[in-house]
Amino acid sequence: MSDSKNSWPLWEVFIRSKQGLGHKHVGSLHAADAEMAIGNARDVYTRRQEGVSIWVVPAENITASSPENAEALFDPANDKVYRHPTFFVLPDEVNHM
Amino acid sequence: MIRTLEQFDAYVAAEKKIEPKDWMPDGYRKTLIRQISQHAHSEVVGMLPEGNWITRAPSLQRKAILLAKVQDEAGHGLYLYSAAETLGVERADLIDDLLSGKAKYSSIFNYPVLTWADIGAIGWLVDGAAIMNQVPLCRCSYGPYSRSMIRVCKEESFHQRQGYSIMVELMKGNEAQREMAQDALNRWWWPSLMMFGPSDKDSEHSSQNMTWKIKRFTNDELRQRMVDMTVPQAECIGLKMPDKDLKWNEETGHHDFGEINWDEFYNVLAGNGPCNKERLAVRNKAHHDGAWVREAAVAYAKKNQKIRA
Ligand SMILES: [Fe+2]
Ligand SMILES: [Fe+2]
Repeated sequence: MSDSKNSWPLWEVFIRSKQGLGHKHVGSLHAADAEMAIGNARDVYTRRQEGVSIWVVPAENITASSPENAEALFDPANDKVYRHPTFFVLPDEVNHM
Repeated sequence: MIRTLEQFDAYVAAEKKIEPKDWMPDGYRKTLIRQISQHAHSEVVGMLPEGNWITRAPSLQRKAILLAKVQDEAGHGLYLYSAAETLGVERADLIDDLLSGKAKYSSIFNYPVLTWADIGAIGWLVDGAAIMNQVPLCRCSYGPYSRSMIRVCKEESFHQRQGYSIMVELMKGNEAQREMAQDALNRWWWPSLMMFGPSDKDSEHSSQNMTWKIKRFTNDELRQRMVDMTVPQAECIGLKMPDKDLKWNEETGHHDFGEINWDEFYNVLAGNGPCNKERLAVRNKAHHDGAWVREAAVAYAKKNQKIRA
């Protein structure tokens, strides 16, 4: 029983929930082509008005950073606390800046 | 980042989420693949008993509601297959395991749906029990599973309410309609309680799954909640629970209830329930009858690609 083996490629689905917001990853699905992927994404991920716009991207075209590199990539920001305004203590007389 | 079992355990114990590319113990991966795919299969097979009633719903509105519910279940199956795939399995292999009978799905769907009141009982009790099981899974340590459970739970409460409202309507009806509702409750109550799985003293997977935060409450804890939640709902519309041992226990603050027929539970699980064979046969037929559609879609996509290239 292997007719299911000739399977459709995997697509990642991104939905803009309303105008003014960015597209957000919501999940994935299989579809033969982009048009079908949009159709399936509409049926599966927007049945309750969760979206006004859909992106579908073939999963194989996504390059992701690896957890192996997480320290090298993200830790350097750790010791640059001065990037946050709270690092600078204001005189008491100055309430807002 | 996680490199060792100790780090993994500490990470999970601190309620942090594991994501697909993180290191994880083999047992954790295997348990999740088994549980998530069984869960996905249950959503898919769960469409069959209700699907049979779409054309027989008593009004156009009830038909539209049931159709929407069944469509939700298809979506739930898909969210869950997607979550399983992030663990490195192929969807096609999971589906083959369902079709060959190698994989399990929830035994509840191996019971027959005899009357319209059964559709009420299923939504109220079966989806009710599913919600009880699924709400804690929203906090599961595995990110993709937890995210799909959040989506599922958002959609489930409509399922339970539409079922209960069918029971409410029937109980406001004539004698025959009230009997039909009571009969459905009589047949679905015990199988619904079995949905929480074996009793804690016989449950194999519980303690490891608790430490891994895949499971949050034991089978018996969830079952007790189900009983406590459902009894007043039944009373309120004049239904009688089919359990002579059921009574409120002032001391524990819970209902005591009768012993589950575990022989029946293990028998249905082993494939000998009233509808096991029929459900798998229908699923297989649908899959094979649809093969040409899937092939045609691939051929069409390839042809279009060539034209563009
Ligand atoms: Fe569901
Ligand atoms: Fe449901």
